[in-house]
Amino acid sequence: MRLLIVCLALLSFGAARLPWEHKLAMRERAGNAQGVALSPNLREQVGQLGFIAALSGFRSLVADLVFIQAHVAWERTEWGRVLLLFRQATALQPHSVLFWDMAAWHMAWNASAAAVNDQAQPRAALRIKAQREYFALGRDFLERGIQNNPAEARLYESLARLYRDKYKDHARAAEYFAKAAELPGAMGYDKRFSAYELSYVEGRERAAYERLRHIYDAGEKERAPTLIARLKFLEAKLDIPLEQRIPETAP
Amino acid sequence: MTETHHRAFSIARVFAMAANTFTELTRQKVFYILLVFALLLIGSSVFMARFSFQQEFQILKDVGLGAMSIFTSLLAILASARLIPQDIEDRTVYTVLAKPVPRFEYILGKLLGTLFLLAAALFIMSALFFLVLFWREQAVLHETARQVASLPADQANESLRAVRAAAFNVDIFPGVALIYLKACLLAALTLFVSTFATSNIFTVAVMVFVYFIGHLQGTAREYWLQQNGAGWLTRLFLALVALIFPDLQAFNLVDDIVAAAAIPFTLFWQTSLLGLFYLTIYTLLAAIVFYGKEL
Repeated sequence: MRLLIVCLALLSFGAARLPWEHKLAMRERAGNAQGVALSPNLREQVGQLGFIAALSGFRSLVADLVFIQAHVAWERTEWGRVLLLFRQATALQPHSVLFWDMAAWHMAWNASAAAVNDQAQPRAALRIKAQREYFALGRDFLERGIQNNPAEARLYESLARLYRDKYKDHARAAEYFAKAAELPGAMGYDKRFSAYELSYVEGRERAAYERLRHIYDAGEKERAPTLIARLKFLEAKLDIPLEQRIPETAP
Repeated sequence: MTETHHRAFSIARVFAMAANTFTELTRQKVFYILLVFALLLIGSSVFMARFSFQQEFQILKDVGLGAMSIFTSLLAILASARLIPQDIEDRTVYTVLAKPVPRFEYILGKLLGTLFLLAAALFIMSALFFLVLFWREQAVLHETARQVASLPADQANESLRAVRAAAFNVDIFPGVALIYLKACLLAALTLFVSTFATSNIFTVAVMVFVYFIGHLQGTAREYWLQQNGAGWLTRLFLALVALIFPDLQAFNLVDDIVAAAAIPFTLFWQTSLLGLFYLTIYTLLAAIVFYGKEL
């Protein structure tokens, strides 16, 4: 009889807490905390060890260990392994901005450089193709990183750098630097960099000039040499009246 | 001779038993062995990978908080599993219950003693963890200050601010509190299992399974609630997992705290409330079973 009472009590307690736990889980997911659901996809991505770690509540710790392995693979220039391990690390700990950023950097900068300089591949077209694929992998890491951490200025900034340095896409670079500048924790130069990038976009010179001028007028501290150089370039290009131009600085 | 009235429930009696349990537990070697391992692991986190200061602090916090979580959970299970069987073996339980001590007070006293032990162990581990974190933060700050000495003041301050932000996060405190609550929940559940278990090993084995399944409970619950096309047998199985096992994953917010994800205060206190709810129910269930136990 007592056993029956205990079993019934246990089940009733379970039924009572179920809506509460469900609501809590939804809130956690909405608030972006603990957003990793244990799914068959995660099992495929992280392997058996990682999945067991996730089951026992140590996914973050295992993610660190996988990250260290990725670092070792990078030192050995094993690019395929670097990619695999970074995918595992980011799947286990999608809220670590550093993992997404490092993964993108290794792919878009290091692996792509290795691919384009690969002496084992005699055909330049194939080397360039491989290089472009690594750029795309880097971009993919950053885009997924942003999906998981939409308020992290650093990821937007890294994506802007990728568009600027690798794709030479100044419009997108300007867009992402601007997005980074709007977020808390953004670096002071993001706004300026956004305006610089915009100044390279054909047809957007007027908007770029206004932004650069606004920054220039904000004070002496903002008047970096590049800012002045870009402003002078745009003043000449847009044919700004002389009296509206910034003063000549001493050489 | 002074006449004393016997009270149905006395907090003084509960505390006396809790103090006694705490003393008993601190005399056991397993407590020190686990504590030493935990402290070694937390201390050694300093020597782990140093790629950049962000990565160093992340690993340091992951290892530190991970060690605190696993060792307090282990301690909760190992300490509570042997409380009642040990008392029965030593016949202490007969001496205590021969006096006008209700069995509920006995269970509560035993549990409180374990919770004191867990609090003491977690306090020691947290002290070392914060010491290590502070020490590394100061070292990195000193190094960074030296490197950025030639930069303009605002850029130098930005660099130092980044180091401080990577090292210390105020959300670590609620994270540690939830580690404690999870251990308390496991202690109460272990005590409940030990009231009907036939041996210590049985209790520990059951709790190890509960620990693993508890981290999966959330997945089972969500799958069950989604009402997708699974068969009735699967759905029954998922329902049983969701209803019987505790959701231990709900208390694992430290993973996100380490990754600098902000934990809303409402989420923290609602999780804490859930932990207290678990604690109360498991203690009551342990008392109900213990009342029916033939001694």
